[in-house]
Amino acid sequence: MAENRSGDRGGPPITPGGGPGRPGGFGPGPGGPPGMGMMGSTKRAKDVRGTVRRLWGYLSRRKWPLIGIVALVALSSGLNLLGPYLMGIAIDVYISNGDVPGLIRTGLLMIGAYGVASFALWLQGYVMADLAQSTVRDIRNDLFTKLQTLSLRFFDQHPHGELMSRLTNDAENINNVLNMGITQFISTVFSVVGVVVAMFLINWRMALVTAITIPLMLFLSDVVAKQTRKGFRQQQETLGDLNGIIEETITGQRVVKAYVREQAVIAEFDVANHKLRRASTRAEMFAGFMGPMMNLVNNVRLAIVAGAGGWMALQGFATVGTIASFINYAREFGRPLSQIAQLYAQIQGAIAGAERIFETLDEVPELTDAPDALPLEKVAGDVVFENVCFGYEPDVPVLKQVDFHAEPGQTIALVGPTGAGKTTMINLLTRFYDIDNGWIGIDGNDIRQLKKADLRRTLGIVLQDTFLFSDTVMENIRYGRLDATDEEVIAAAKLANADQFIHRLPQGYRTGLSERGSNLSQGQRQLLAIARAILADPGILILDEATSSVDTRTEKHIQEAMLRLMEGRTSFVIAHRLSTIREADNILVINDGEIIERGNHQELLARKGFYHNLYMSQFRGQHQPGPEATT
Amino acid sequence: MKSALKLAKFLRPYRMWALLAPLLMILEVAMDLMQPRLIERIVDEGIAHGDTSLVTNTGVLMMGLAIAGAVGGLGCTVFATLAAQGFGADLRHTLFRKVQSLSFGNLDDLETGQLITRLTNDVTQVQMVVGMLLRIMVRAPFMLLGSLVMAILTSLQLALLFLVLGPLVLGLVAWVINRATPMFRLVQAKLDDLNTVMQENLSGVRVVKAFVRADHEIKRFEMTNDALMDQTIRAARSVVVAMPFMTLTVNLGIVGAIWFGGLQVTNGSMHIGQVVAFVNYLMRTLMSLLMLSMLVMTIARAQASADRIQKVFESKPEIENRPAAATTFAPLGRVAFQNVTFSYDSDGHDPVLGGEGLSQGISFVAEPGQTVAILGATGSGKSSLVYLIPRFYDVTAGRVTIDGIDVRDVDKDTLRRNIGVALQESILFSGTIRDNIRYGRPDATDEEVVAAARAAQAHEFITEFPDGYDTQVGQRGVNLSGGQKQRIAIARALLFKPTVLILDDSTSSVDVETEGKIQDALARVMKDRTSFVIAQRISTVLSADKILVLDDGRIAAEGTHGELLASSPIYREIYESQLGDGATNHG
Repeated sequence: MAENRSGDRGGPPITPGGGPGRPGGFGPGPGGPPGMGMMGSTKRAKDVRGTVRRLWGYLSRRKWPLIGIVALVALSSGLNLLGPYLMGIAIDVYISNGDVPGLIRTGLLMIGAYGVASFALWLQGYVMADLAQSTVRDIRNDLFTKLQTLSLRFFDQHPHGELMSRLTNDAENINNVLNMGITQFISTVFSVVGVVVAMFLINWRMALVTAITIPLMLFLSDVVAKQTRKGFRQQQETLGDLNGIIEETITGQRVVKAYVREQAVIAEFDVANHKLRRASTRAEMFAGFMGPMMNLVNNVRLAIVAGAGGWMALQGFATVGTIASFINYAREFGRPLSQIAQLYAQIQGAIAGAERIFETLDEVPELTDAPDALPLEKVAGDVVFENVCFGYEPDVPVLKQVDFHAEPGQTIALVGPTGAGKTTMINLLTRFYDIDNGWIGIDGNDIRQLKKADLRRTLGIVLQDTFLFSDTVMENIRYGRLDATDEEVIAAAKLANADQFIHRLPQGYRTGLSERGSNLSQGQRQLLAIARAILADPGILILDEATSSVDTRTEKHIQEAMLRLMEGRTSFVIAHRLSTIREADNILVINDGEIIERGNHQELLARKGFYHNLYMSQFRGQHQPGPEATT
Repeated sequence: MKSALKLAKFLRPYRMWALLAPLLMILEVAMDLMQPRLIERIVDEGIAHGDTSLVTNTGVLMMGLAIAGAVGGLGCTVFATLAAQGFGADLRHTLFRKVQSLSFGNLDDLETGQLITRLTNDVTQVQMVVGMLLRIMVRAPFMLLGSLVMAILTSLQLALLFLVLGPLVLGLVAWVINRATPMFRLVQAKLDDLNTVMQENLSGVRVVKAFVRADHEIKRFEMTNDALMDQTIRAARSVVVAMPFMTLTVNLGIVGAIWFGGLQVTNGSMHIGQVVAFVNYLMRTLMSLLMLSMLVMTIARAQASADRIQKVFESKPEIENRPAAATTFAPLGRVAFQNVTFSYDSDGHDPVLGGEGLSQGISFVAEPGQTVAILGATGSGKSSLVYLIPRFYDVTAGRVTIDGIDVRDVDKDTLRRNIGVALQESILFSGTIRDNIRYGRPDATDEEVVAAARAAQAHEFITEFPDGYDTQVGQRGVNLSGGQKQRIAIARALLFKPTVLILDDSTSSVDVETEGKIQDALARVMKDRTSFVIAQRISTVLSADKILVLDDGRIAAEGTHGELLASSPIYREIYESQLGDGATNHG
C-alpha cells in the first residue's frame, strides 16, 4: 500500500482542468503570487496505517520522554483509581464504625494520592508539550529540507499556498492531536485493559455478557468512521477549490476591479462556497455522530449490565454487589473510549494532514547528483551545447538541436523574440531542468556528471526579477557569498554602483528590506543583484533580460556595473537592448527553439536576415523625426 | 470578546437550528441522568423482591431511553452542524463581498497574503468554535447548576465547601487565561516568522538554487522553527498547570467532604448516603467546570481569528460612489488633469506602488484619438497618475475629468467600464486563454477574441499551442512567458472596447519588434479613442502624440519626440542612454 505514491515524474501529469471545478494556478512570473490547486494525487488510495506508522517513527525518536509519559499516565491513572477505593474504605470501615483517627489517616492518604496524581498529570502535560512540539518541529524541518531538494518543476506545479498550508495547518493539526491524543490513548489502553481484567476476575459470565456490546461498538464506529473519512476527503477537495478561488481573486483583485468583475467573482465564489458548505455539513455531521453513537453503546451496555445482571442475580449467578461494581466498570470502560471518539474528527484531520506532508516528503528529487559526480573548482569558462533538445512537457519541444560553443571570456548574447527559448537555455545550463537529448559541457565536462552545487557556484546569475529577502541590504548582498566580510560586501556594492543609493537609504547598509523589495526601485534591486553576483565571483555569468523595464537613470549605472562584472568571464546575456548586444563576441539569434543565425553584430547585419530585421525595427521610430533631424 | 460577539449576528438566520441543538442535547443529558435511577430500581425493587418481570421490563425501558438519548444526541449534532456550516458559509460570503468592495488603498493596507488567511483559516477557526459551542454550550452550565443545586439540597453544611473551592477554581482559570493569552499571541508572531521564511523561500526558489543556498536556508528555517517550538512549548506549559490543579482542588474538596461529612456521621448528624451523594455531585461539578474552562479557552483561541475578520469588516472602502453619481456615461474620451496632486500617505500607509505620489499640481489634456506616453524613472509617479483616471485612487486635490465630467461624479463601475487597463503585473486567471481575454466582456464572440488577440500580437503564439485559444493557463502560468502574458493582458484590455486605454508598462517583456507591431495595431484600433502608455523604454513612446516626462511627481517636460529631443535635457539624456550611441553609429 505504501508503494502507491506518486513521485514527481511518475505522478499524474499536470492537466489543468483535470479536477472538478477549477484547477489552481495563474499569475505572473517568477515570485508570483501563490495559487491553490488540486493536489496531483488526491485520488490516490489513502494509507492510514502507513501514515500512522510513519508518525510513530517520528515520535519514537524521543524514547525517554515517551516512556516517561507512559509511566506518568500509568501512575496518575492508577492513583486516580486508588482514590475511590480509599473513599470506599473510609465510608465502609471508618465512618460506619466512627473511627475518627482512622478517618483522618485515610483522609491524609487520599490527599497524598490525589496530590501525587495531580503532580503526575502536570508533569505529563509538561513533558508532552515538549514531545509534541519537538516532533512537529522535526516534521517541519524535514519538510522544508525536502523542499530544498525538489526541482523547479515541482514548484511550478504546486501553488505556494498549498505548500505553505502543509507547513502550518497540517503540522498544527498533528501537534494538536499529539498533545491530546497520545495521553488519551495511553490512558484509554490502561483503563480498558484494567477494567476488562477486573471484570473477568470478578464474574466471567457477567463479563461475557458485557462484552456483547464490543462488536456493536466496533460495527457502529466503523460505519461512522467510513462515512466520515469519505466526507472529509470531499470537504478537503471542495475546500481546496474554494481556497483556489480566494487566492486567485484576491491576488488578482486589481484586475477584478479594473474590469468591474466583482459581481461575477462573487457569484463564482458563492457556487464554490455552497459546495463546500454541503460537503462539510456532511463530513462534520458524521464526525459528530461518533459521540452520541458511543454514548448509545454505553447506555445499552448499562442496560444490559443492569437487566441481564438482575436476571442473573435472580438465577444466582451474580450478587447485588457484583452488579454495582459492573455498573461502575461499564462506565469506566465506556468513558475513555467515547473521549477518543470525540477526538475522532481531529484525529482524522491530523492523519489527512500527515498524509499530505508525507506525500511531499516522498517526492523524488528530480535532479540528483550521480554517486560519482565530479567536483568542479575553478573553471576556464568553456561552454558547449551539443544537439540540445528539451521540452517542459513531453510533447512540446522548446529547444530543438541547439549547438554552440562559447570560449573562455567571451560574451554571448542571446537574441530573439519572447518565447523563443532564451530563458530555457539558461535554465538548462544551470540544471534547473535536465535536457532530454544532447550534451552540455563546461570545460569539457558533461554538466550532468558534475556536482550540482559546484556547477551552480560556478555560475553567477542575475535574474530579471531580483528577489530580495526580508533582511538588511548588507545581508541581501552577502547572500552571494555567506562568509564575505562587511568590507567585501561594501566593496562589491561599490563595484556594482550600488553604494551610492545604499548610502541614501535611511540606515545605509543596515536598512531592512521588505520581502518583495517594494521599497526599492527595480533598477536599484538589480544593482543589488549585480553586487551579489560580484561578491559570488562566479566563473561564468548569466544575465537574464537584465536591461528591460529598468528606470532610465539607474540604467547607466547598471550598464557600467555589468561590464565590470562581465570582464574576464564567459558571459551569457539575454537582452533586447541592441546597444548591449553589439558589444558581444558572439550573438545567437534564437527563434522557435532554434539558433537561426549566429555571428557578431557586423556579420549579422551584413546577412540582412532575421537579425537585420530585428535591428532595424529597434530604430523604426527614428526614421520619422529621427536623430538625424537633431544632429 | 467583543469581535466574537459581533460575529454572532451571522448565526441569526440559523437561530432555529441553533436553538434546537442545545435543546436536543438536554434531551440526551436528561436520558443519561435517568439511567442511575432505573438501575437503583432494578437493584432495590427487582432483585430485592425477586421480581423477574420488573427486572426485564426496566432493562428494556433503559434500552428505550438509551435510544431516545441517542436520538437527542444525533439530532443535536445534525442541527449544530447545519447551524455552524450555515454560519461559516454566510460569514465567508459576506467577508468575500466586503473584500470585493474595498479599493486599491485598502488592499495595500491589508496585504494580499493576510486577506487570504482571513478568508480561509480564520473563518474555519471561528466556525469550528461555533459548532462546538452549540453542542456543549448548554450542557456544561446545565450540569454545573444542576449539581450545585443538588449538592446544596443534599447538605447545606457541606455545601459551604463550595465557598472555598469556587473562588479557588475561578481564580485559577482567570490566572491561567491571563498568563496564556499573551503567550499564545507570541506563538502567532513566531508562526508568522516561520511563514515569512517559507514564503520567501518559495518565491525566491530560483535565487536559492542559483546561489546554492539550500543549507543556509535550512539553517535559517531551523532557527525560526526552533523559536516557534520554544514559544509553543512555553505557551502550552502555561496552560498545562490548569487541569491538574483543578482536579486537585476538587479532589481535595472530596476529601474535605468525606472528612467533615465523616465527622458529622460519627456524631450522628448526617447519613452515609448523604455524604456519598454529595461527593457524587461534587464530581459532576468538577466535570462541568472542566468543560466550561475548555470552552473559554477555545473561545479565546478563536478570538484572534474573530479579531482579524472583524478588522476586514471594519475597513472602510476608500473609494465610494458619491450620492448622485451618474450611472450612464458614454464619453468621447477627452481626459483632462487640472492641477492634480496625489499622495498615498493620506492615512499613513506606505506608498506601495513604488510611487511617491504627485507632489505638484499636474495639468494636461488628452484629446480623443491621441496617444499620451508617460515616461519617467521608477517612483516618479507614472502609475499613480494613470490610476487616478479609473479611480483606483482618488486625487488629493485638483480634478480629473473625462469629457469635462469629474470622474468622482460618475458611478465607479460605470466609469471603469469605459476604461481598459493592462496593469504592470499581468495577472492571468486559471482557465483557458480565451476566458482570460474575454475576462472583461464574457459575452464577446470568438471573432472578437481573435481580433483582440491579433491586435495584441498574441494570436500567432496562441494558435501555436496544441489547444489554441482553449489552452489552459497552467498552474501559476508557467507555460506562458512574461511577454506572452503581457500580450494576453493587452488583448484583454482591447476586447473591453474602452474609450480610454491604459497600458501600464505592459510591453516591458515584449521584444521591440513585437512591441512595434502592437503599437501599429493600437493606432488602428484606438483611432478615435484615447490611449495612455506608460513606459521605461524609449522605443515604446517614440510615436506618441504627446509625451509627458515625469520626474519626482511633477511633469518635467511635455511634447512630441521631436520637440522634446530639441528642448528637454532630461528627455535627451534618457534617449541617449537607451538608443543614443546606436543612433550615432548607424543611424
